[in-house]
Amino acid sequence: MSTRGDMAAGLKTTLQRVLIPVAMALVVGGLILLVLGKDPLDYYGFVLQRSLLRWGGAQETVTRMAPLLLIAAGLIVAFRAGIWNLGGDGQFLLAAVASAALAPALAADLPRALNLVVCMIVGALVGALWSVIPAMLKARYGINEIITTLMMSFLGTSLANVLIKLVLRDPDTTVPQTRSLGVDDRLPRLFGTTIHSGLVLAILAVILVHLMMTRTAFGLKLQVLGANRAAAVHAGLRVERLTIIAFALSAGLIGLAGAVEVLGVWGSVRADWNPAFGLLVVPLVFLARFNGYAVIGFTLFFSALMVGGESAARRVGVPQHYVLVLVALLLLFLALVEYLDQSRRKPSAA
Amino acid sequence: MINDATQAGQSTEAPRGAPIAVAALRQVTKRFPGIVALDRVSLEFHAGEIHVLLGENGAGKSTLVSLLAGMQRPDEGEIVIGGLPVVIDSPRRSMDLGIGAVFQRVLLVPSLTVIENLMLGGSWLRSLARGAALRRFDELSVLLGTRIDPDAPVSGLSLGEQQQVEIMRALWRDEKLLLLDEPTSMLTPQGVADLGRMMRRLKEKGVALILVTHKLLEAYEFGDRISVLRLGKVAGDIEPQRLQTMSEAERTETVIRLMFGAADAGAVPDKGHEGELAILLGRKLRRANSVDRSKPATLSARALVTMPDFAETPLHAVSFELWAGEVLGIAGVDGNGQKHLAEVLAGQRSLRQGRLELAGSDITWGRVPERRQRGIRYVTDDRLGEGTVGTFSVATNLVLKEIGALPFWRHGISDWPLIHQSAREQILRNDIRTTSELTPVGKLSGGNVQKVLLARELDAEANVAILNKPTYGLDLHNQRLALDRIVAAAARGVAVIVISTDLDELLEISDRVGVMFQGSLAGIVENDDDAGGKVRRLMTGAAAE
Repeated sequence: MSTRGDMAAGLKTTLQRVLIPVAMALVVGGLILLVLGKDPLDYYGFVLQRSLLRWGGAQETVTRMAPLLLIAAGLIVAFRAGIWNLGGDGQFLLAAVASAALAPALAADLPRALNLVVCMIVGALVGALWSVIPAMLKARYGINEIITTLMMSFLGTSLANVLIKLVLRDPDTTVPQTRSLGVDDRLPRLFGTTIHSGLVLAILAVILVHLMMTRTAFGLKLQVLGANRAAAVHAGLRVERLTIIAFALSAGLIGLAGAVEVLGVWGSVRADWNPAFGLLVVPLVFLARFNGYAVIGFTLFFSALMVGGESAARRVGVPQHYVLVLVALLLLFLALVEYLDQSRRKPSAA
Repeated sequence: MINDATQAGQSTEAPRGAPIAVAALRQVTKRFPGIVALDRVSLEFHAGEIHVLLGENGAGKSTLVSLLAGMQRPDEGEIVIGGLPVVIDSPRRSMDLGIGAVFQRVLLVPSLTVIENLMLGGSWLRSLARGAALRRFDELSVLLGTRIDPDAPVSGLSLGEQQQVEIMRALWRDEKLLLLDEPTSMLTPQGVADLGRMMRRLKEKGVALILVTHKLLEAYEFGDRISVLRLGKVAGDIEPQRLQTMSEAERTETVIRLMFGAADAGAVPDKGHEGELAILLGRKLRRANSVDRSKPATLSARALVTMPDFAETPLHAVSFELWAGEVLGIAGVDGNGQKHLAEVLAGQRSLRQGRLELAGSDITWGRVPERRQRGIRYVTDDRLGEGTVGTFSVATNLVLKEIGALPFWRHGISDWPLIHQSAREQILRNDIRTTSELTPVGKLSGGNVQKVLLARELDAEANVAILNKPTYGLDLHNQRLALDRIVAAAARGVAVIVISTDLDELLEISDRVGVMFQGSLAGIVENDDDAGGKVRRLMTGAAAE
């Protein structure tokens, strides 16, 4: 339970528990680069320069945060409620395809703002719809949602491809993709940058989710469900209904992420496009301990690594997915610092 | 079951006269973070003697048992077996040394047969030698005077029989030293009598027995030597010779003095410990009987039936009535449907058939929130499993069943300052020992977790309170506090149901006592002077008079 008093007291230790692992991950990651015969300073410097110091890179980094933040918001709802929604990729892609198909079709008839709102709502609904089967199975029969959401995710990504190739294909292009939404009909840009307004929506969503989880009765009910299901039953919470609502909210926010990415950045969806953000965000949410504000920081960090890492990898000559090695190291060290901290504290506390 | 005629069986007969120390602790200290569980404890355990370890919860009894059973290692001091210092670094080593342990909970595999369970301890590589195992089984059956079918599945045995199998397993390798950790807590009176006979047979065969208990009467009945532990130290011993010459009053005075410290010497039993004493002795602190049953009943249950659930006895046409200000005790051996009864009344479990009425109106289909709103409260026995969320603060747990309701939530928005302020008041009023209202409830001691639950459930709006094993696992002081709060609630006019396996406790506080047997209410008796006898008969399944 986090309250203002808690947060102020815990801020220092929280910072320590985050900054130390980050530093350790960067150092060990650098050592691995050294072993591979690459210059770690060169790599990190290039990542930093491309992702944050150069204006174009910085805009790209911040733009990348929008879908990640929305997915994180969705995962916070699920994880806090003790639900492992690992089907984010399917929910994201199907919502992206739905909004990509709808937006150009409605663009002629609807005003821009209304069109965007309708498409985002449809995206969220499609995402939520794709979680209905795992949600019902979990609520009614207690079937493990890790398995069912992953399975639905495979089905969802495949279905998205099938839809693009067979049903929604733009006949004017050679590569199978949906019809493109004109740049003027996309989400408006902010202050003459390339950053679209979906970012504002995403930050709002994360903050609202955080407030919902910590300041409302509904959020507390979800937390009780997540922390101790038997206690939720004992306290008379409607466990089935809460489970289904948590699933729908989670998948809806992830669907919204798909819609925002299409409406803000791409304008269309190509066949076989799958950024796989859904699973990438999972460790970030854990790093942030389901805290909405902390998630914003971690998402910025991760976006910078992603954007900078893509070009830095090409330049230094390491695989592009080296970024994931850093994230994995970060998780390991975070757990390690946490463990050491707790075992150090125990004797004095008890 | 007991066969005293056959005294055969292999003999590790102890020479009479001078007692031999089978095992000894020398200056043993064991620390856990923040506490010294055992502080330079020296004890000797003799062949052919039942050595009772008496003490409150937290006195160090269980730690001592776990050291001998090889589950913990001492920080300082040594354990001596047969005259030689040994290191007991695993339960297997403990068994190799001839030490067998029987714990409070049954640790058998229910789906396997008796003989299969007994063969489980063998080495990995050896094939299961059924013939040899059966021979040993027969030997032990004669030794203990038990008659159990070796091929019966454990799940079909009564708890008493399961405990006999546990004792066989403890003696399987050798029969030097047998540890019994609160062995009577789950037994019927008949089962306790059988266990007593079994212990005496083993004693005659020269086995050293250690009986851990917090019940004074058991200590007198079975013990040859009594050692009292207090705060990790041996507060004192009563030698066999002395024990035999003392009157019961003298014994009690000595033990009470040892258990509660020398400060109380001469003033025993003083006012401060009268309540604890009542629990120790199973004496009645009867309260004035003033229930008016001429009015309509507050709660009436008619032919309640539940669906069978995994490993739980369902209800089978349970009917009773409960009046305001009354305490109805529900006795019975654990697992005879008590949990279903409590959950059905609380609204946590749905009925298959039957009808529930509260003050004349039908509440059969009301769920937990509706019933709670009408004043029905449930204190579960599974305090950390379902009663609280261990990682949440004391404050949150105090309002766990009110989430979303006024005054702590307005339009669904949490008023944390108000929740915390109210929690601070509750903590003061109920003497909950916690560093603050923000402390996770899982960090509190069992007694304080129970205080949180009692504060949450026995509030001013309570009409009907169901308490499942309200004193289970608490030390004497907290048992007393819990019982006092229950009696106080009844005095305020709350209709109370107390489910417990501890009959003495029920006889102390109840107006009537009902007995659950195999999912039915075998009978309800008025708590008069011979209620104890009637209840015991009902517990064994004998028909109600």
